[in-house]
This record gives sequence, C-alpha cells and structure tokens, in this order.
Amino acid sequence: MTRQIKAVALISGGLDSLLAARVVMEQGVHVEGINFYTGFCVEGHTHAIRKKDRDRPKRNNALWSAEQLGIKLHIVDIIDEYKDVVINPKHGYGSNLNPCLDCKIFMVNKAREWIEANGFDFIITGEVVGQRPMSQRKDTLPVIARDSGAGERLVRPLCAQNLPATLAETEGWLDREKLYGFNGRSRKPQIALARQFGFEDFAQPAGGCCFLTDKQYSVKLADLWSTRGTREYDLDDIMLLKVGRHLRPRPHFKLIVGREEGENRFLEGYRKRFINIIPTSHSGPLVLLDGEAGADDIELAARLTARFSQGRDAQHVTVSVSRPEGETESLEVVPMPSKEIPEAWYV
Amino acid sequence: MSSVTVDARNLLCPMPVIRTQDALAGLQAGDVAEVLCTDPGVVHDIPAWCRIHGHEVSSIDQQDDLITVTVRVGNSA
Repeated sequence: MTRQIKAVALISGGLDSLLAARVVMEQGVHVEGINFYTGFCVEGHTHAIRKKDRDRPKRNNALWSAEQLGIKLHIVDIIDEYKDVVINPKHGYGSNLNPCLDCKIFMVNKAREWIEANGFDFIITGEVVGQRPMSQRKDTLPVIARDSGAGERLVRPLCAQNLPATLAETEGWLDREKLYGFNGRSRKPQIALARQFGFEDFAQPAGGCCFLTDKQYSVKLADLWSTRGTREYDLDDIMLLKVGRHLRPRPHFKLIVGREEGENRFLEGYRKRFINIIPTSHSGPLVLLDGEAGADDIELAARLTARFSQGRDAQHVTVSVSRPEGETESLEVVPMPSKEIPEAWYV
Repeated sequence: MSSVTVDARNLLCPMPVIRTQDALAGLQAGDVAEVLCTDPGVVHDIPAWCRIHGHEVSSIDQQDDLITVTVRVGNSA
C-alpha cells in the first residue's frame, strides 16, 4: 500500500497561500494548514475594537481559506518567540519596521519543526518570485529555504517551475508539470487560477497582513522604543499601538485617546495599568497616560482630554483622573484649543 | 465526560481560538469546553475553527459584553 504523502501549508489568509495549498491537494497530497500569530497580524483587530466596524462582515481569512480548502488549520501563538525577529532582524527591515525576510525564515523554520514533530513530508508556501520587494525575490527565496533549514522540503507551487526541483518533485510526490511558473507582481495569473478552482470572495489586503508594513504603526513602535530607551515590547504594548490617537506632549509620557465607543471600551481594560482620565462634565474619550507624570503633566493631560471631549468649546471641563493604585481626583480645566496642540505631538 | 472552562476574556481574535484549540487538545471526544470571551469576532471564528476540526458548537450565549461559546469535542479529536 502506498504511503500517504502529507504536507503543511503556511496559510496567511491571502490568495496565494490558498492557491498554493490547493495546487498540491490536486495531486493527491494530504494537506493541513498552519497559521502563525505574531501579535502584529492585521486580522480583525480593528474590526473587533472599533464600534463603527462591528457591523461589517468579519471573518478570519486564514480560517476562511481552510474552510474553502476543507483542511485543518493549526493556529500557533508565536508572540514571544517573534520578538527577536522584530527587534534584531539579521536581514534588516523593509521600508518600515517590517522584517519580512527574517519573518519568512522564522515561519518556515517553525513549519519545519512542525512537520518533523508530526511526520509530514514537506512545506508549502504561496511565495512567487518577484512578488514582493524583500522576501520574494529570486535571490532571497533560496535564503529562506537555506536559513530555515527546510531546504529541499520547501515547495512553492505557484512559481516552482522557475526554481530548482524540490524533494517533492524528485521523489515523485508532485508532478512538476502540474505546478506553476508565476513570476512578478502581476496578480492576473493568481486571479485566473482562483477562478479555475472556483474560489470567490478571497481576501486581497492592499497593505499586506502585518501592521509592521504600515508606516504610521511603525512610527508609533519606534516612538515606544526610543522613549523607553529599549527595543522591547509586550503584547499589550503592540495592541495599544493599534488603538486610538497617540499624542506625546512631553518626552516622558504619551496619551492614548479613545476615538469612539468601541475604542473606549477596549481601553477600559487597561485602567488598572495606567493613569487614566475621563471627562465627567461632558461626554468624551477615555484617555490613558503612558509614562511618568507630575502635577503639571496631569493638568496638561486633563486639558488635552477636555479638548477631545464634547466640552471642547466650553469654558471649563471637569475630568476624573484615576491612578492604577485606585486613587481618584477631580480636576476642572480649560480645554486646550486645537491651535495650541503642535502637530509634532501627534505620534 | 469532562468539562473545562477557558478564560479568553479581553483577548482579541485569534487568541480566543488559540486558547480553545489548546484546551481541546487535552480533551476526549464528547468532552465540553466553555469558552468565555469578550471579542465579538469569536462568534464567527470559533465556529469556523470547530467546523474544520470536526467539533460542535453547542451554544453561543451573549450577555452584555460577555460571550460564552460552548464546544463539544468531536470524534476526530
């Protein structure tokens, strides 16, 4: 009896990984999916937080892909291990704080460990030569295979015909002629193949699936590192960078200002960790103060909080200032006029 | 048959799914996990994960901001 060949596919939720897995399944290979959660994944967070987004249809695209394919999906929390990739990328960053090449090496390496632990034969990715400027170039694809340790067990079905044969082809597990030779940034071949397979409504995120590719997010992360004097973070730090307006009126503290009800509700969960300010005489945002603050700083923060409240044009606004240890005081302040808020305070 | 409670409150997806997945890994077919969540995304994500892994979502109960998803472990576990 012939042994069932098994492969694990890195499923991001995008079209390429969906197609890559399907191309291999067409050849009778048993495929399961693996999806890595770094904490920076765009997937659904702002939808979960922002009230105005809650009415939009929401789905986890990796799970959606797995359902379309009819395969299991293993979601792996790599938040802690991933820090070293973000903080010390051997191959450097892309245009923002996106360590794309190191990221792909790391994920393929984790997939290699997974197939060894679970008795699978090879790894599938949706990479295409020339598709992305950092991690999907002709010269970097071999680096991923080499540095991840996956070597010949890494198969890129969408561009395999442009690359040397892998173990799956030389062993006869896959027919190279039934793989593809996609190349470059055009999405037309993938969209045509999706149609051929009957996939509709697939995700094509314009900015990729990672917050680290986002310029504004990267600026906030760089600000966090530079003001703390250390390139460290925890999950709460990187989640809070996704929420609210961030203002740094002084080097030693910044404010995170909820922009609407959903964000305020999310920030509520952090009131025991930060000094927090909320208007009581008018409706307005919950504001977290991240850093050290003296009495003058608290007053400045209170005036800024008042500025973002419904009392922005009132003569005075009363705010409640609560400290993590439970102490609460009430302050009456003059809202800061918007023209007095330097643009440079906005992170 | 055993029953476990998974506390995934204040976690955003996919963390509640990961917590569910990890909890179910130690259970037998027919066992039940009650997953406590606050991210509204779980009403889509946990059932989707259960469908592809052969588990059954027995109920989804929402009271104010607390969402309780009850999952019965399937035979493929």
